[in-house]
Amino acid sequence: MSNIDWQQVWTSALWTAQMIGWSLLVLVTLLVIIAFLLLMDRKVWAAVQMRRGPNVVGPFGLFQSFADLLKFAFKEPIIPSGADKAIFLLAPVATALCALAAWAVIPVNEGWWGRWVVSDLNVGLLYILAISSLGVYGVIMGGWASNSKYPFMGSLRSAAQMVSYEVSIGLVIICVVLCVGSLNMTDIVNAQKTGIGTSLGLTNSALDWYWLALLPMFVVFFISALAETNRPPFDLPEAESELVAGYMVEYSSTPYLLFMLGEYVAITTMCALTTILFLGGWLPPVDIWPLNALPGLLWFLLKVIAVFFMFSMVKAMVPRYRYDQLMRLGWKVFLPLSLFMVVVVAAVLQFGGLAP
Amino acid sequence: MSLMPLFFYLFSVLALASAVLVIVAKNPVHSVMFLIFAFFNAAGLFILLGAEFLAMVLVIVYVGAVAVLFLFVVMMLDVDFAELKSGFVKNAPVGLLVGGIVLAELALLFLAQDLGVSGQSVEAVADGIAAATAPVLPGEGLTGGAPVAGEVLTNTEALGRILYTKYAFFFEVAGLVLLVAMIGAIVLTLRHKDGVRRQSIAEQVARDPKTSLEVIKVAPGGAVIPTGDDAP
Repeated sequence: MSNIDWQQVWTSALWTAQMIGWSLLVLVTLLVIIAFLLLMDRKVWAAVQMRRGPNVVGPFGLFQSFADLLKFAFKEPIIPSGADKAIFLLAPVATALCALAAWAVIPVNEGWWGRWVVSDLNVGLLYILAISSLGVYGVIMGGWASNSKYPFMGSLRSAAQMVSYEVSIGLVIICVVLCVGSLNMTDIVNAQKTGIGTSLGLTNSALDWYWLALLPMFVVFFISALAETNRPPFDLPEAESELVAGYMVEYSSTPYLLFMLGEYVAITTMCALTTILFLGGWLPPVDIWPLNALPGLLWFLLKVIAVFFMFSMVKAMVPRYRYDQLMRLGWKVFLPLSLFMVVVVAAVLQFGGLAP
Repeated sequence: MSLMPLFFYLFSVLALASAVLVIVAKNPVHSVMFLIFAFFNAAGLFILLGAEFLAMVLVIVYVGAVAVLFLFVVMMLDVDFAELKSGFVKNAPVGLLVGGIVLAELALLFLAQDLGVSGQSVEAVADGIAAATAPVLPGEGLTGGAPVAGEVLTNTEALGRILYTKYAFFFEVAGLVLLVAMIGAIVLTLRHKDGVRRQSIAEQVARDPKTSLEVIKVAPGGAVIPTGDDAP
């Protein structure tokens, strides 16, 4: 270290600062959006059940999530005496961290300014798959470290469930990757500019997106995403009627808040992933003047919110699955179906001369 | 980038420390946690080498699936760790022998590749490895779309091109081995016990009123005498 290259040190420092700045921007924006998505979830749920939902804090209850945040943050965290303290506290942090880390590679727009993404990884989709498979650790660690029966049962269920549905999600992603020929998220969206619609001579429109070309996979992905994020009707790890609240029983205050945050971030990630893989990301539904003049970010947000609305409606309307039925659905229905579709998609691409 | 060495030392020190903690930790669950952390740092090292595909696959396969099941088993079993520890001195020579052999193999490999590890920076080593592996990719009778000159291959593409052409046979054999292991596990564990009620979806769907309903006319003041399956 006799001659330090100050130029290089400066470049590295600048790069680091830039990365931290982008990450903070994404983080803050994401958390604010999630605060309102959470409210929307509760409002939709309430509307389906003919209730008003939260309507006290702020106009129309808009600040309810922030009030909840303060409430959780100022409560006393209680750690059970029999708990493994380090792992007990590590579990919610791991859940929130893994969920948030996925947003590093999710692109929200492309235009002047290049690609709107923190890290334009060329294995972005694999990164998402890797990070979302880590979500299960928070649940298992929390369930085990609580040293209590219900949390442990919840974590056992959760581990089996999340590992099972990851398989079908992986196979669905393979179908999309076969069509695109790239694991880069931006490339996946750009590949959806042309498709079924344009081959029929229409202008670039929503018909080009993969939801139509890969319709069965879209459905499988949506249902698997519900199961992967422990959303109702697949919320067996925290089934309140049998396990009280599953792995979260012993948690209170900020650790509980982190679990909830991680869960909702994971749900939003899955919504964004559905948008990118099947709903054309930031592409306008029809590429004509008033629609394509709107910023791509707006379309992306609208699509994510639309998918989230479907998540909410499913939560409000569908009764909870029984555990063995859940496993049957994952292994005996989705796995063969998605495996079959991988073969079909590969064959069509290869022999139809459509391979990228 | 001058951040490379920093991250290299960070990841390697953490990987080594957590690897030591795997065998030192008193609680087996903590051991598995440190093992997972070691996997992570190995993935970080892969990324520094430019092997981002391998890094992601390491996390997906080992951390996301294998270690979950591992953790699961360790949590479920009531392992008496004091008893396990008692065999430590007895088994230590075997472990040392295996470790020594692996170390010797690695040393031989590195000497043969002549990467010049000693006295060079991390970037130089990374470049050396890249240079040592790169010439394998083009040519060598690749049938599936040999790379065009000047084309930039990503890591994933390069791996795919070589895996599905040159090593296709080995790849398929590995797949078969896994398939056999999977079938073996299912055969060993799938048992239909008598007396355990199971749900048969096909049977439930195939039910109709003819087979499942019995209409009994009961005379006023009379009694229904159970017959057939319902008889006590």
